[in-house]
Amino acid sequence: MKIHIPTPLRQYAEKKAALDVSGKTIAEGLRNLTVQHPDLKKHLFTDEGKLRAFVNVYVNDEDIRYLKNVETAVKDGDDVSIVPSIAGGSCADGGTRSLRSRKTQKLL
Amino acid sequence: MTTTAPNIPATALSNEEILRYSRHLIMPEVGMEGQQKLKAAKVLCIGTGGLGSPLSLYLTAAGVGTLGLVDFDVVDYTNLQRQIIHSTADVGRKKLDSAADKLTAINPFLNIRKFDTRLSSENALEIFRDFDIIADGTDNFPTRYLVNDACVLIGKPNVYGSIFRFEGQASVFATEDGPCYRCLYPEPPPPGLVPSCAEGGVLGILPGLVGVMQATEVIKLILGAGEPLIGRLLLIDALGMKFRELKLRKSPDCPVCGTNPTVKELIDYNEFCGVRGEEAPVATDVPAITVEQLKQQLDSKKDLFILDVREPHEYQICNLNGYLIPLGDLPKRVHELDSSRDIVAHCRSGVRSGKAVTFLRQAGFKKVHNLTGGILAWADKIDPKMPKY
Repeated sequence: MKIHIPTPLRQYAEKKAALDVSGKTIAEGLRNLTVQHPDLKKHLFTDEGKLRAFVNVYVNDEDIRYLKNVETAVKDGDDVSIVPSIAGGSCADGGTRSLRSRKTQKLL
Repeated sequence: MTTTAPNIPATALSNEEILRYSRHLIMPEVGMEGQQKLKAAKVLCIGTGGLGSPLSLYLTAAGVGTLGLVDFDVVDYTNLQRQIIHSTADVGRKKLDSAADKLTAINPFLNIRKFDTRLSSENALEIFRDFDIIADGTDNFPTRYLVNDACVLIGKPNVYGSIFRFEGQASVFATEDGPCYRCLYPEPPPPGLVPSCAEGGVLGILPGLVGVMQATEVIKLILGAGEPLIGRLLLIDALGMKFRELKLRKSPDCPVCGTNPTVKELIDYNEFCGVRGEEAPVATDVPAITVEQLKQQLDSKKDLFILDVREPHEYQICNLNGYLIPLGDLPKRVHELDSSRDIVAHCRSGVRSGKAVTFLRQAGFKKVHNLTGGILAWADKIDPKMPKY
């Protein structure tokens, strides 16, 4: 399967936009991906090994939450997309910045 | 509770307006009826920044009758690369005033309502009440969740756009049968895990591309024409110039629009997004050195090793002659450093170098300090000739 890496996470995947990995399910594919690129692991999974709530995974255009989640079967030629939330609008400042601390975080 | 397309009554046009909007009037998809709906429509733009600029400019030109603008910020030089509603002469002015001038110049028929305030759980529902459609051009997670929840609670569509570097997302949330932002992302990322735009930068045209898509969706909702981006997430990759579309579903378990909602009123969104207090999430517990102390030590020829953990393209803008190892490369290049020497780590503002110091301390480096405020503080306090970015 080809896994599309979103911009914010490319820095943990040698700056690649997409990677070919093997695996018969999403779980296997993501496991192989994080074996190749260990820095991605904490961005995709919680300490308990669950996929993080702000990271959505799609097989082609379907959300795996509405399929069989990480056990969703994947065929050769399927496009798998990791789609994390992004917040930028004017992007003068931090994506996770507080409603209160505009001035401080602007320096980030 | 929510509506699919706002039910907007038509308002008659003057002869001047008929001439102005003639290219709309001769299109069957708009026509006199559609143009009158546009004139009667009330749209609220949250933010007059990168997304808010093209959004408000096009909605104004298209003949939207009432435009609300929410912003409390002031125009600065770094805004001008993408926030095209503001010009160089506006630096230092309130964005609301700068934006209102441009919009009125484009279309004197526009009725502008300025909200010189930070959108909050206290004022959001009150502000939203008078509008038909909310367009979210904000730049942070707490406000994104606030806008979404307020839209669901009050039953107004949320026309969403978001950007990072050269990648964007657009959708229409919180319509009657469609999903909301929380169906897509029930929880925000913890602070610090996703790099911020100021760390990552943003391609100046990208908010133009995404903001115009938001404007398009707003106009379609008003006209009741075409297929809105309801239940679809559009992904925009400006570098590859590739557009992909993903299916979104209304989640029955959604905490705000699901069958058994747990969020029934607006909450504390800073707390929800894990943002606490007034301070940015800067590593404050690492040993630090000020730019004044660094200058003094360099002047007295103390043996210091300056470690610059920024990226090579940042080094080209300005540097302190430091040894460059980008933060991401530090773990595999740590052997290049001598732990017996005094090391001062710096980045642009002190955040990344704080992480570097934490990492190096854990790796056994005992004489390593973080330069407080980074190279920006050096430019402010020691070398005013140094460019800031």
